[in-house]
Amino acid sequence: MLKNTWLLTMIRLRLALRNRAFFFFSLAMPLIFLFGFVVLVARNDRQWVPYILGSVMTMTVMGSFWGLSVQLVTFREQGILRRFRLAPVGAGPMLASSILSNYFLVLPVVAFELLVCRFAFHMHSLGNLWAMFALVTVGSATFASLGLIVASVTNTMQETQMINNLIWMGFIFLSGTTVPLAVFPGWMQRVSLFIPAQYLATGLQSAATKFATGYEMIEDVAALGIGLAVAFEVSRQLFRWEPEAKAPRRAKLWVLAALVPFLAFGTWETVTGKRLNHINRNFQMLTGRAMPGQAPPAR
Amino acid sequence: MAEPIIRVENLYKNYGAVEALRGVSFAVEEGEVFGLLGPNGAGKTTTVEILEGLRTPDRGVARVCGLDPERTGEQFKETIGAVLQSTALPDKLRVKEALDLFANFYRRRANTEQLLSRFQLEEKRNAFYSQLSGGQKQRLALAMALVNDPQVVFLDEPTAGLDPQVRREIYDIIEELKRGKKTVLITTHYIEEAERLCDRVAIVDQGRVIAMGTPRELKQRSAGKTRIEVRLARPVVNGTLGRLEGVSDSREFDGAYVLHSSSTPQTIVALVKQLEAEKNELQSLEMFSPSLEDVFIELTGRRLRE
Repeated sequence: MLKNTWLLTMIRLRLALRNRAFFFFSLAMPLIFLFGFVVLVARNDRQWVPYILGSVMTMTVMGSFWGLSVQLVTFREQGILRRFRLAPVGAGPMLASSILSNYFLVLPVVAFELLVCRFAFHMHSLGNLWAMFALVTVGSATFASLGLIVASVTNTMQETQMINNLIWMGFIFLSGTTVPLAVFPGWMQRVSLFIPAQYLATGLQSAATKFATGYEMIEDVAALGIGLAVAFEVSRQLFRWEPEAKAPRRAKLWVLAALVPFLAFGTWETVTGKRLNHINRNFQMLTGRAMPGQAPPAR
Repeated sequence: MAEPIIRVENLYKNYGAVEALRGVSFAVEEGEVFGLLGPNGAGKTTTVEILEGLRTPDRGVARVCGLDPERTGEQFKETIGAVLQSTALPDKLRVKEALDLFANFYRRRANTEQLLSRFQLEEKRNAFYSQLSGGQKQRLALAMALVNDPQVVFLDEPTAGLDPQVRREIYDIIEELKRGKKTVLITTHYIEEAERLCDRVAIVDQGRVIAMGTPRELKQRSAGKTRIEVRLARPVVNGTLGRLEGVSDSREFDGAYVLHSSSTPQTIVALVKQLEAEKNELQSLEMFSPSLEDVFIELTGRRLRE
């Protein structure tokens, strides 16, 4: 099983590196965002660079969600998975190799973004590298698994694209990735606590800005880690080799199961309120001013 | 008595309201090339895909090398090789990479360099899958079916859609497998393929095996009969041609009349007289010695490729 996972991982890496679309979506796009945010939004204010880096790294890692779901549906629709099914290869290695190869592709891109920020935008430090490494590792696997779930519950590429777009919008606009959560009204902030991307975005922004201790970021890693374990198992259960095998109704229940960790963490965070305080405090430290209705930060 | 290497008993499979298989049974002995011959939609692919472990039957027994394709998982997959009706691989996968990748999945592996040379793919070893022609893709699919040196090879319409020259190349490869004493189950709707390659043939129609035997045995059913295909300037009155001397069976397919006659010269003379009497004109006349097509027509009243 491990051997097959490795063989498939290596071949998927080669296939990705032969694909021009990969370079555009996985390398060029995040860099365009990085330059765009730093130059246009932060107006080259160095203080903002770590925060923007956290956001761009989040988008890069979340891209796993899009890439893997589309790839799996393409393979299934074209009948490529059927050919693999004839060989002694199980669903586990097929899925695990998708996640692993994706991780091996994401890691250098994230490292490159870090270096660009450090040397091109003169970021004063590299941030909390260990926390970044942990979040990128767990986060890419979690979002890849979530993408694989979408691929398993949708029956056509059109359906996949539609659902991906809806989820992606939620991920990038309600997680603090593109618009800082601190500028949202209270109810929207509370909604964000239930969104997987929020744990990744908050974690990576904290790691890049060094506004949180490693201990504080354990919660982000834990939410993503538990989410990963559940999402991977759900994607394995829902995996379909055949193009004409439609997703059964019970699949929807499995999808709900994949959301349970984030519902649990969201509920916990809503009750304690610690995470939102932490997010707002970090943003105040960055801007040097209090958000509406809050006391000014002591810097 | 030894267990046949492939055993199919009373196989049933429905797709919604469509009955794809309605009690298919046959057995294949080791080293035999066995053909499932029938028109599109007869149930050939469903049968083969059940034997490959890709589909689950609603009812019945399917065994390959004594193993249940559905339940024995990897052990079963180690014993078989297969060419699907349409094989697809990632566009940017190279030929040699595909062979090596699939060979490495198995405990028992054939030499992929030898496979490349045997299937005349050496020059294309570094070509992407998307750059291959239809024939080259099919040769690669065949090579991939042999990467584990399987005991049983399933070929689902291996020459469908290929030009005659490539088809002959594929025949040569299958004949080589035959000489190598591999058990091969092949599905086809090409008569010449079944007659040329198969030791035994099961004729399948509407989810049932309607005749089974060696091509020679099956053709014996039409022994002594010649198939006469005629095209006329105007249609004839229903049943007229069936009453001609020596004609045992007459049917119309796409504007051509197909007659089976046990006394060809008398039939042709009677046909000409009949046409003269009706002031009709003969546009073409062709005669064929009995083939599996005739067996199929006799049994079903339809042509194989209707």
